Amino acid sequence: MVTAMFKNKADKLWYGFLAVAVILPFVPGVIGGSFFGHVATMILLYAAMAQSWNIISGYCGQTSFGHSVFFGIGAYGAALAVVNFNSLPWYGAPLGMLAAAVVSVIISYPCFKLKGHYFAIATFAIVEIFNRLFMIWDRVGGALGLDYPILPDGWKNFSWSETKNGYYLGALAIFVLVFSVVRWIEKNRMGYYLKAVRSGQETAESLGVNSTFVKLSAMALSASLAALCGAFFAQYNYRVDPPMVMSLDMSMKFVLITILGGLGTFWGPLLGALVLIPLQEYTRAYLSHLGAGVDLIIFGLIIIIVMIKQPLGIMGIIRYFTKRKTAKIEGDA
Amino acid sequence: MDNFVQVLIDGILSGLLYALVAAGLSLMWGVMDVINFAHGEFLMVAMYLCYWIGEILGIDPLFSWIAGGIFLFFVGALTYKLIIKNSLGKAAMAPLLATFGLSMLLKNFCMNRFTPNFRLLSGTIMEGKTFQFAGAIVSVPQLVTAIFSLVVLLGVYWLIKKTRVGWAIQATAMDKEAAELMGIDTENIYLLVFGIGGACVGVAGGLMTTYLAVHPEVGSLFSLIAFVVVALGGFGSIPGALFAALLIGLVESFTGFYVAAVVKYVAVFAIYLVVILIRPKGLFGW
Repeated sequence: MVTAMFKNKADKLWYGFLAVAVILPFVPGVIGGSFFGHVATMILLYAAMAQSWNIISGYCGQTSFGHSVFFGIGAYGAALAVVNFNSLPWYGAPLGMLAAAVVSVIISYPCFKLKGHYFAIATFAIVEIFNRLFMIWDRVGGALGLDYPILPDGWKNFSWSETKNGYYLGALAIFVLVFSVVRWIEKNRMGYYLKAVRSGQETAESLGVNSTFVKLSAMALSASLAALCGAFFAQYNYRVDPPMVMSLDMSMKFVLITILGGLGTFWGPLLGALVLIPLQEYTRAYLSHLGAGVDLIIFGLIIIIVMIKQPLGIMGIIRYFTKRKTAKIEGDA
Repeated sequence: MDNFVQVLIDGILSGLLYALVAAGLSLMWGVMDVINFAHGEFLMVAMYLCYWIGEILGIDPLFSWIAGGIFLFFVGALTYKLIIKNSLGKAAMAPLLATFGLSMLLKNFCMNRFTPNFRLLSGTIMEGKTFQFAGAIVSVPQLVTAIFSLVVLLGVYWLIKKTRVGWAIQATAMDKEAAELMGIDTENIYLLVFGIGGACVGVAGGLMTTYLAVHPEVGSLFSLIAFVVVALGGFGSIPGALFAALLIGLVESFTGFYVAAVVKYVAVFAIYLVVILIRPKGLFGW
């Protein structure tokens, strides 16, 4: 059993990474309340977000720019439970996930008819609609958003103010969940269905794949996982407002991290987050004397260079060095 | 009734402006199937250029829009040379994402250099000028911008339909390989299309400085509206873009006045979604 688990290299890497990630918070002073702890938490969170997007857009080929809507619904789910109903985020988060899945199916069913750029622009429009609706919806705090009250620390309220190990472990749990789901999909029949739809919907249908069902279920799964990340984000920031969670910029984070790491690959979202999040957090902290927006200038430059030089992202570079041939074929296609 | 005419005029005027902003995007999309995500930031660059020309040299935007158009022609062509050409055909969304990177770069560079403050030129020739028309108040700078938009749009339309270069552009859009076999230098056509697209948005940005404040985020909303206009009109169709832009302008001003100002963009994007779901390739698309 154990030998079977460590059969291939990818498995070894995965469990090795998990072991390090689990041990980290128990080494005193590494996570705690430190800045590194914050960065590590954000890496895990954004990797999980990007991976959730990767299910529908990477594996299934439906490039969605609307994931901040689902992320935002999850964030509002947790925040509404705590702020408006004096309840626990543990009830709000699953409801948010469910709501995101339902909304995603309702939105996607008609939009999947659209092809290429028309689909992409439709998802932009949906983000704008949701953003503005939440801005004027007083029940959810409108433009001011929802501010958390001060609550006692602990898992019950999922909030910590002194040592932030809890947040790190929470992010790690979400990360493991999302990545395990994708690993399961990759090895399962569902994974082949998704890839079949990506490489040719008509062909897949002619072989008996119900492409509408495959796309909708992938979208619902992807949306609910994104909503779970959103719930964590609300807990972590202790507040939520529409521009923070439901904006084109937030949607693009899902996209860009995955693209930088490698679209449609298992490791891509993690690699992308490992590069972009430290860049974002450390430039914000240490290059602030250069003025506002330096992190985003560097970010933009990296995206341009990656898209020009290696659209397969970091995975493409790794493949180039490990298996020169495959990377070349896919990269130049 | 007075209100109705006022709202109608406002809608038409902003619609014409949207048409000019969207025309360049429509051309790029139609000929090359590329979405230039930095389109709104091109607009912002033109606005900053004409703002600083006005502020430092004291030249009115009424004349400096020419500089905006010329400068953005080269920005567009350069974007094609450096970014689009190298990302085209590599991955499905590569040009879109690369230009998104460019938009982040431009937006945050201006944020960094020029601060997020809103900047409005004061003392321009047309500043604050209005006149009465059928009981409605028409702002002169907006009217002049709208007339310019129409003229530029007609010019681009004439260029594409009636000149040899235009035929070459159309041929390239229809079938790149076949056009190459007919001796068309498609590489130059693409360069030209990006240049013209940039010039359109440059002219729009230059004229807008007469009555709109420039700030680093100014492009974001305009680029979204431009995407919607282009997709609604059907890609590559200049009359489609004009019609869709007028529709969007009218929807915006009527819901803004008769429903509530905060929901006007909700209505704009909702109309777009409804139309696009009925006609997946836009009103004038094929």
